[in-house]
Amino acid sequence: MKALFVAAAILAAVAGQALAADKIKVGFMSTLSGPGGALGIDMRDGFLLAVKSNGDKLGGLSAEVSVVDDQQNPDVGRQAVERFVKRDRVDVITGMVFSNVLLPVMPAILESDTFYLSTNTGPESLAGEKCHPRFFGVAWQNEDIPGAMGEVLNQRGLKNVYLIAPNYPGGRETLNGFKRFYKGKIAEETYTKLGQLDYAAEIAAMRAAKPDAVFFFLPGGMGINFIKQYVAAGVNKEIPLFTPGFSADEDTIRAVGEPMVGLFNSSHWAHDLDNAANRKFVTAFQKEYGRLPTMYAQQAWDVALVLDAAIRAVNGKIDDKQAFQKAIETARIDSPRGNFRFNTNHMPIQDYYLREVVKDAGGKITNRTVGRVFSNHQDAFVGKCKMG
Amino acid sequence: MSRRDRVTGSLHIALRPRLALAGFAALALLPTIVQALDQPFYIVLATRILIFALIATSLNLLIGFAGMVSFGHAAFVGTGAYAVAVLARAGVESAWIVWAAAAAAGSALALIIGAISLRTRGVYFIMITLAFAQMAYYLVLSLKALGSDDGLTLPHRVTLGFGLRLNDDATLYYSVLLLSAGGLLLLRRLLNARLGRALQGIRDNETRMEAIGFPVYRLKLLAFVLAGAAGGLGGGLLATLNGLVSPTLFHWTQSGLLMVMVILGGAGHLLGGAFGAAVILLSEEIFAEWTIHWPFGVGIVLLAVVLFAPSGLAGLLRRARP
Amino acid sequence: MPLTLIVEQLLNGLQLGLMLFLLAAGLTLVFGIMDMINLAHGSLYMIGAYLAASAIAASGSFLVGVAVAIAGTAAIAVLLEMAILRRLYRRSHLAQVLATFALILIANEAVRMVWGSQPILLNMPPSLSGPIDIGGFTYPAYRLVVIAAGLAIAVLLYLLVARTKIGMWVRAGAADREMANVMGVNTTWLFTCVFAAGAALCAVAGALLGPLLAVQVGMGENILILAFVVIVIGGIGSIRGALIGALLVGFVDTAGRAFLPQLFRSVFPEAVAAETGPAVAAVLIYVLMAAVLYWRPSGLFPTRA
Repeated sequence: MKALFVAAAILAAVAGQALAADKIKVGFMSTLSGPGGALGIDMRDGFLLAVKSNGDKLGGLSAEVSVVDDQQNPDVGRQAVERFVKRDRVDVITGMVFSNVLLPVMPAILESDTFYLSTNTGPESLAGEKCHPRFFGVAWQNEDIPGAMGEVLNQRGLKNVYLIAPNYPGGRETLNGFKRFYKGKIAEETYTKLGQLDYAAEIAAMRAAKPDAVFFFLPGGMGINFIKQYVAAGVNKEIPLFTPGFSADEDTIRAVGEPMVGLFNSSHWAHDLDNAANRKFVTAFQKEYGRLPTMYAQQAWDVALVLDAAIRAVNGKIDDKQAFQKAIETARIDSPRGNFRFNTNHMPIQDYYLREVVKDAGGKITNRTVGRVFSNHQDAFVGKCKMG
Repeated sequence: MSRRDRVTGSLHIALRPRLALAGFAALALLPTIVQALDQPFYIVLATRILIFALIATSLNLLIGFAGMVSFGHAAFVGTGAYAVAVLARAGVESAWIVWAAAAAAGSALALIIGAISLRTRGVYFIMITLAFAQMAYYLVLSLKALGSDDGLTLPHRVTLGFGLRLNDDATLYYSVLLLSAGGLLLLRRLLNARLGRALQGIRDNETRMEAIGFPVYRLKLLAFVLAGAAGGLGGGLLATLNGLVSPTLFHWTQSGLLMVMVILGGAGHLLGGAFGAAVILLSEEIFAEWTIHWPFGVGIVLLAVVLFAPSGLAGLLRRARP
Repeated sequence: MPLTLIVEQLLNGLQLGLMLFLLAAGLTLVFGIMDMINLAHGSLYMIGAYLAASAIAASGSFLVGVAVAIAGTAAIAVLLEMAILRRLYRRSHLAQVLATFALILIANEAVRMVWGSQPILLNMPPSLSGPIDIGGFTYPAYRLVVIAAGLAIAVLLYLLVARTKIGMWVRAGAADREMANVMGVNTTWLFTCVFAAGAALCAVAGALLGPLLAVQVGMGENILILAFVVIVIGGIGSIRGALIGALLVGFVDTAGRAFLPQLFRSVFPEAVAAETGPAVAAVLIYVLMAAVLYWRPSGLFPTRA
């Protein structure tokens, strides 16, 4: 009796192993709560929609997606990664929003030889010296979008700029990216606490400094509060605001509304880009969730597209990691952003656009594409990466 | 103070040898069982539980046995953790050195904080320990040399020497098991000795002890420093396990969590800290799978324990035994 | 440094201080009269903010929202006091800390279950969302209203405590609970009233600060710590102490964040100043509290002998 039981158990285990090859396990860890939660939720929605639209498959394999909240906390993130890698044995991890979570947990992911496709942050170290074969940045490199804004301010002849960002790797890299292209004078460079909500002191200081413009990077709830308080203090009439697309997307617009009209921002994508893949994406997203997608949702959608293309290229044999990696590197997708391919350091080569927040004909406040800033832009760190 | 809150327990801490040995053997066999089931994740979980058992036990010494309600214990844990992180990043390879440094750092901080805080009593002691922990939190948060908001990552796990690599989860588990068990035995020794009796006397009636002529301040400070050392060691082990440290280790909610572990497990009972740590961490692991609202359950249980079973789990078990 | 900047920062400090006072007043009374450490005080502030946000969204009126928040939070507080907190008055401080810590966990999850994990929107009334021009000096209108409301409530509380019979009972209870009981004050009813009043103040603070900060789960914990620092500095049980302490903390914190980094930069080399300035600013109020505890262990305005 006991022998039969043991035999059945072994059989079940073996059978379980055999079945494993027919599906792909994805660990989706993102910030789903707190002031940064809106970004993670949009990413999750974009990714899950892509998988659903594909018949719950990626590249022909049945997709098993496990969604976890990192609470924007590296300790929580680390433990979740341990579960993904040691307990669930996932094939791919993706979904993180913030670099202060991604950077500390990445060593654990890469040591376990698990693939990571970034739906958002592309830190400098992972684009340059510490580039890794299993790491792919599918969204952008951290300096690219703010760099585009630096170029825009040059073109507008604004000579004196006040900078503000939160004190974490993403914040510092964003301002570095801006400074790499901007040729004018920096009046002041202020770093606030990550998660800070009251900017009265900083806004008073900006008013006193009298710069030509303020360039701010405050993703999620931080940006919402900053813009509202900036307008409430009346400073926006004297000193215009400029920002990378992160603080001017649909989530912020929904929260702030009218005061944002006229805000210029840069991005690798806009919902009004004129191509078939984009129309399909935006329509599907609106139909499923009843709101316009943000760039975050679009980035996650593309991760699913990349996985789909790569898995198809290896005919579902994702256990051969070398081949799978090659397939991801050469993946050709129909991206809503248009032009997209991977550089040798696994960061994107793509175009960057200038957007303006406007009130459209129907009275709705939203982004409109007003120009292209960079074409086929490569990030600044590809030279430091020793791969390829 | 109501009758319920006088912490009782026999003054002599008994250790039932057969039960203790059985428990230790079970824990020692855990990695083998887990490997057979091919579930390596659970060694990591067990290691984490053992580390928190050590930390909670050190806090139990203060709260349960010495009557000092310290609301800033997280500061010692964080200090020990950062000590290990800084040394590891500076290239120190030996686990012995970094862990000893962690304990030393914890005890040094405890000496400073204790020297000032122990001049106050009651609720003011609670508040001032909290204040110091918050100071440590904001200090660590602001200094770029300590990674500020991002914290620090450890480049690799330190080694034990003799060819034992701590990269292997099982080896780390055994080291932690030995350290935690050692800590518990040491505590028992301490409590059964004159120091322990004196501390419990101070817990029960400080004024009387002072009147009799005990050097109360010095004894409390000694207990505080010992607890700080053990807390620091625990923090260092956490840093080794996780491979990263962040300012959240210092946050007052972490101190609160440690106090919850002690009370749930049973303050004033030898294994109180260990029980509490196991219950909290296992609940988190199990219930987090079912619902993200699992802290609600913890809150209800904690409330029930405080209101109806103030001696915690250990107290319930003791009452159950005839 | 321009005068307008200094005035603006002073007003910011005043605004923060007055809001802290609203929280500290309730906390210090509960601590002083019932001898209870109530960590869940911050949760009442959170509940007040959430109720205000929902009520404003439903009714369209800011004032209605605030009123609903006050009524709702006070009601919840009364239920909480009668069902649970009453049992803690005679228990040790440790038991109170743990029980109210448990309440924080429960409250946070309950709010999450009802309103979700995302922060919810609480906007200033549109009429107040712009700046006010006072002789060339501009300041957000809403913050001025918050300051005015804080001052009005402070005056009201003073009148209540110093000039009415209930206030006399409260002061008596804070000075010597047993004696007050013996003298015929209905302490049970008084305690419930004090607790409810403290909760109402929390709700006002939550509703007023909601548009400036964010209405999110866990918002109570951050401000709770500051409130405790305030009452320890001011003296447990003293409303006057809570006001002075709150203003002190509000100014020190704001001035620290605003001026200290610059001050350090003019004295120390840039590299040192860039770090130590913000570090010291953050730690300043705790150093203040530790110093007060060391030299005046009962606070600046102790109520008990």
